[in-house]
Amino acid sequence: MGRLTEAAAAGGGASAARSAGPPPAPLPLSSTSPGCAAAMASSEEDGTNGGASEASEEREAVGKRRRLGLLATIWLTFYNIAMTAGWLVLAIAMVRFYMEKGTHKGLYKSIQKTLKFFQTFALLEIVHCLIGIVPTSVLVAGVQVSSRIFMVWLVTHSIKPIQNEESVVLFLVAWTVTEITRYSFYTFSLLDHLPYFIKWARYNFFIILYPVGVAGELLTIYAALPYVKKTGMFSIRLPNKYNVSFDYYYFLLITMASYIPLFPQLYFHMLRQRRKVLHGEVIVEKDD
Amino acid sequence: MKVQSPRHWTSREFPHQVEILDAKTREKLCFLDKVEPQATIAEIKNLFTKTHPQWYPARQSLRLDPKGKSLKDEDVLQKLPVGTTATLYFRDLGAQISWVTVFLTEYAGPLFIYLLFYFRVPFIYGHKYDFTSSRHTVVHLACICHSFHYIKRLLETLFVHRFSHGTMPLRNIFKNCTYYWGFAAWMAYYINHPLYTPPTYGAQQVKLALAIFVICQLGNFSIHMALRDLRPAGSKTRKIPYPTKNPFTWLFLLVSCPNYTYEVGSWIGFAIMTQCLPVALFSLVGFTQMTIWAKGKHRSYLKEFRDYPPLRMPIIPFLL
Repeated sequence: MGRLTEAAAAGGGASAARSAGPPPAPLPLSSTSPGCAAAMASSEEDGTNGGASEASEEREAVGKRRRLGLLATIWLTFYNIAMTAGWLVLAIAMVRFYMEKGTHKGLYKSIQKTLKFFQTFALLEIVHCLIGIVPTSVLVAGVQVSSRIFMVWLVTHSIKPIQNEESVVLFLVAWTVTEITRYSFYTFSLLDHLPYFIKWARYNFFIILYPVGVAGELLTIYAALPYVKKTGMFSIRLPNKYNVSFDYYYFLLITMASYIPLFPQLYFHMLRQRRKVLHGEVIVEKDD
Repeated sequence: MKVQSPRHWTSREFPHQVEILDAKTREKLCFLDKVEPQATIAEIKNLFTKTHPQWYPARQSLRLDPKGKSLKDEDVLQKLPVGTTATLYFRDLGAQISWVTVFLTEYAGPLFIYLLFYFRVPFIYGHKYDFTSSRHTVVHLACICHSFHYIKRLLETLFVHRFSHGTMPLRNIFKNCTYYWGFAAWMAYYINHPLYTPPTYGAQQVKLALAIFVICQLGNFSIHMALRDLRPAGSKTRKIPYPTKNPFTWLFLLVSCPNYTYEVGSWIGFAIMTQCLPVALFSLVGFTQMTIWAKGKHRSYLKEFRDYPPLRMPIIPFLL
């Protein structure tokens, strides 16, 4: 009973069919952040409660679906509008650059400040989970935002030679489209007026965007490997006082390898979410 | 000749019927006729296994409500809020493995793995170091401490601990072993490395650390013995632990789980002794996990016992 009516209610958009007021909003990045999909796979929340598939997330959502305070609603609405606008600005800047210059070389440099600002600002989403105004678990949100921060600050920002790689544009495009869709989805959900096409976009774009983004990220890290090995950046060697060592080169290799188990988990989780939200399918979850 | 008066069935003696449904699909899995009213859930589980041998009792969760709490093995049928026909809901807990097996495996690993690094078995460090020995005393001391710690744990698992649950889900053994074995290898690699740097403050630091380690090991063992004595063999009773004559148990005055307190202390001692960052990280992760367990234990003590000593904190006196 529970699932079917929830999915149906979700089908009608964030409607008053649900108990509390505006649905809790900012939920984790949907595509191109495999991060720790093992943790992810247990809950990809979204603005409507149709997404709350796994039992524990469902209970968490129900527990937190007390009436969102007015202040929280206002703040979240502002936050989501701001993020939508920010990524829109990024998208426009990228298009303009390409139209004016005809090449992707130098594109990253021209948009890097905006990218860093808005992607770093997304750290707030962890705080939203911590204080409970968003029903996602802190761990899930944390892992997803961290993987984006990692990509922006520890790869593209720090390893300058790869900034003009095509793969960078690849994941930037994927991220931009994803984030604009996601944040506008949350915004409209909060305003209780979700156009179907936004929901459709949120649950269909990822099918292409997610693999594209993952490809972009992996190719970028791969391109960075020779420079990391040569410079020994971010690495600690023995001997040292604290008897520890860290090799950033191997760390990157392990990170790349981790996409293999994590990406499919996350991808199939989103596919299941999609079937539920868009097609009202009742999916009996595996026992844990 | 004795004449027996006619037998009047009282509701207490009337044989019960038990039907078992799948908690998710509500499919009728089993119907048990003529069940003794004094039958325990354990006995019902055994009967259920007969018709569904793939679901041995340890992996059965039976409850009165599909989404409710599991019934305990000791619960008696007639004491449950059911009529003469009881409906129980079944959930498969998945493949189970005994706690003892898990503990032995997860502790034997680090013991063995650390020694591989200590003896500098080939293919770990450069070939010129194969089977060489460190020239630092602290490295030998660390090996003794680490090995002692895990031998102690193995012996406690075999002879001291009394487990309230028999089994845990099978996947836990993979998770737990990855954690213990992985960290053991990581720590052992650096401590036994040919380029290992001994502690900055030399013998002073090592002596202090060793004292902390030994005291905490003794403390941890004392607590395990005290907890064992709280619970008679074969029982699953729970009582409030109190300090005994052993001074190490006086920590019970201030914390609910002094065994965890002492455990963290041991690892802090080991970290100071080896001055090795991976050891410190292992201590931190362990501390985080034990704090979660201690808080849970503390909460269930508070729930179960009205007169629980108010001064006690879960794991760190006065603080946490």
